[in-house]
Amino acid sequence: MTSLVALGDGPLFGLPLPELWFALLFVMLGTFLFLDGFDFGAGAIFAALDDDTERETVLAAIGPFWDGNEVWLVVFGGALFASFPSVYADLFSRHYLLMFGILGALILRGLAPEMYEQRHDPAWQRWWGRSFVAGSVLAPFLLGAFAGNWLAGSARSFTLVGVVVGVAVTLLTVVSGAAFLRLKTGRRLPESVARYGIAAVGGYLLAVVATLALLALRLPNGPDALLRLPVVVPVVASVALAAGYVVALRRGANLVALGAAAGLTYALVSVVAVVMYPAVDPATGATVREAIVSTLPLNLMSIGAALLLPLITTYFVVLYSAFSGPISAGEAY
Amino acid sequence: MIDPVIASRLQFALTTIVHIIFPVMSMGLAPFIVFFTWKDIRTGKPIYERLRRFWTKIFAVSFVVGTVTGIVLEFEFGTNFAAFSTTAGELFGGPLAIEGMMAFMLEATFLGVFVFGREKVGDVLYMISAVAVGLGTWLSAVWILIANSWMQTPRGYELVTENGQQVVHLVDPIAAYLNPRFGYMFVHMQNAAVESVALFMAGVAAYYVFRHHVWGYQVEDVDFWETTLKIALVGLLLTAPLQVVHGDMYGRHVAETQPQKFAAMEAVWETDSYVPEYIIAVPTDLADITNPRAKDLFGIGIPGGASWLASGGDPTAEIRGLNSFETEAPPVAIVFWAFRAMVGLGFWFVLLAFWGGYRWYTGELFEDGLLHKALMASSLLGVLATELGWIVTEVGRQPWVIQGVMRTSEGVSPGLTGAEATLTLGGFAVVYLGLLALYTYVVARIIRSGPPPREELRSTASPTGEVPASGVANDD
Repeated sequence: MTSLVALGDGPLFGLPLPELWFALLFVMLGTFLFLDGFDFGAGAIFAALDDDTERETVLAAIGPFWDGNEVWLVVFGGALFASFPSVYADLFSRHYLLMFGILGALILRGLAPEMYEQRHDPAWQRWWGRSFVAGSVLAPFLLGAFAGNWLAGSARSFTLVGVVVGVAVTLLTVVSGAAFLRLKTGRRLPESVARYGIAAVGGYLLAVVATLALLALRLPNGPDALLRLPVVVPVVASVALAAGYVVALRRGANLVALGAAAGLTYALVSVVAVVMYPAVDPATGATVREAIVSTLPLNLMSIGAALLLPLITTYFVVLYSAFSGPISAGEAY
Repeated sequence: MIDPVIASRLQFALTTIVHIIFPVMSMGLAPFIVFFTWKDIRTGKPIYERLRRFWTKIFAVSFVVGTVTGIVLEFEFGTNFAAFSTTAGELFGGPLAIEGMMAFMLEATFLGVFVFGREKVGDVLYMISAVAVGLGTWLSAVWILIANSWMQTPRGYELVTENGQQVVHLVDPIAAYLNPRFGYMFVHMQNAAVESVALFMAGVAAYYVFRHHVWGYQVEDVDFWETTLKIALVGLLLTAPLQVVHGDMYGRHVAETQPQKFAAMEAVWETDSYVPEYIIAVPTDLADITNPRAKDLFGIGIPGGASWLASGGDPTAEIRGLNSFETEAPPVAIVFWAFRAMVGLGFWFVLLAFWGGYRWYTGELFEDGLLHKALMASSLLGVLATELGWIVTEVGRQPWVIQGVMRTSEGVSPGLTGAEATLTLGGFAVVYLGLLALYTYVVARIIRSGPPPREELRSTASPTGEVPASGVANDD
């Protein structure tokens, strides 16, 4: 198969593939953070509802979606492994215990809704309800901590930056979750759901400011690394998006609010990517160009991704349009 | 504190052994569920809707538990086997990434439509989603087995030194991904999954059929279980003989490509010809059970049998003994016994399939209590045989993580401490055994509560649509 081997001669169409994959990784991470984020957020809001019907409504709202949403994490992990194997290995083994915390939270989180519906007795449901909340809050917090450590180039599992980013990401999931629940459940959940979202978006902005301040102190070139257009633009945009989110949620324009939450998520992820670049692992100083796999597998993966990503988008369009609109009274998990 | 290498290996073994149960269930159930859905849509007969909904519940639980345990495996390559991931990432990471994008996405998104969408989408899209879910489970196996089979028979790569570390570079993707082992592994694994599920279905159905026809209890929905038993038997008749025939070819392929593993499977220490096939072998000293250098087995064997198997018909063929390899042998006792148990079970399943098929032919399928008991007792043995097969594959290839290229001990994360590895090993032992218990409990509950009641079916549903839209909904 000489044609396939010839793919190793140079980058496909002369494209800057290492940078494209670096960007693609953050798109995948952002997509995971937004999609699984709104069902994590729904899990956090679940804690504030004590009426059984309301709790069932939350589970029914995320039922068809959460599994597909979570696969974005697997896709992100696989893509990181495939494109920057040494970074994958260093990053995951360096944050050994944190990674296992994330996995534990995801296990709890994944099982809980399925188990909750298996038996309709109060003790069983109370227990799985708690697991659902714990997993939904812990998973984004620990993932945020992981991302914070990654960005700050820290070798330790728990750092101040990590904790602050963890809080920011958790609040961001509540922001998305509130908009999603308002959109999907109509008036079947109390008005307070919108208030949680609005409170969370305020807290989120504070946490982002705290993160930037910590980074300014910690990064080698200090504030200069942050006072660049590609960083300033998404940060300013975040403030505007947050304001738009609040207005939209108050007016009941829930789809707009959910869109603003998506915008906030991608803005956060793009700030992380821009601050990190050209490094892909600030702790070791490995740059995107150094850590990328060799040309042949990179080209093959790029072809694979170019074919599969539109297909995946189609799957999600099918899924979300099959279950579009507010859920009705008869729907169960 | 356990040594990080040992702890990482134990942890990976534990998480894989538990994880594999769930993909076996979902891959094995996939063709049955596609069949039930197709028949449901085509014929509109309530029995097929009930079959689809009942087995979809078990599929959905298996899929969820499979997802959460599978994410762990993907991440363990980074956390515990960082040196392996750095060395082999270029070849190994690609298939994992494609698996996520091509297969897992397909499966997870369409499972949402399939489980929750019967009332929401049309027949065509519903059928497409059933096929997409089934196809997704099988495509997952394609990419995972490409990655695994490359470790068994690595091809299409070259070793390059980068930053003082040996790194695998992909040079020939076709040779690497369609490596010699892949086809054998894929056929053996997928057939094993369907066979395991057929046995499981047959065992569950036999329980109800037995209670009704043999013990004379009044079992509701006995027609549901009778149909299940027949469908499971068809599955078993198709898969059990194939598994034995194919397994024999697979064994010969191992003898050619991984002679050290084959020698461990047969416990051959010294290179010899006319090697017997031991049916039973016992170490003469108890301490030798865990000793990789154990010999002096007391055994009962068929003369020339192993040579005959390895060469494909020549009882005088030479088999290379474990002592002739430079590397330490894998734990022979585990490989030897796991292999024997797997093969023994494989023959037992063929016997069961023919026995059931014969009773069906003579019209006594529902009256043969002994057959029912045998099926009930065998309901989990297919999964056990699959586990044993993986133990032969994975333990048998030790000490290599990539055959002939990298040893397992060299693949472990360099910075990993014994304390960290022991802590997570302990944590996962608790969590995974808990998961297994929980899964067993939930599946047992689904089976005990039986098929969905007739009044819940679509055909008898009220026009207001007050019917649970979900196959998972369980109204307790």
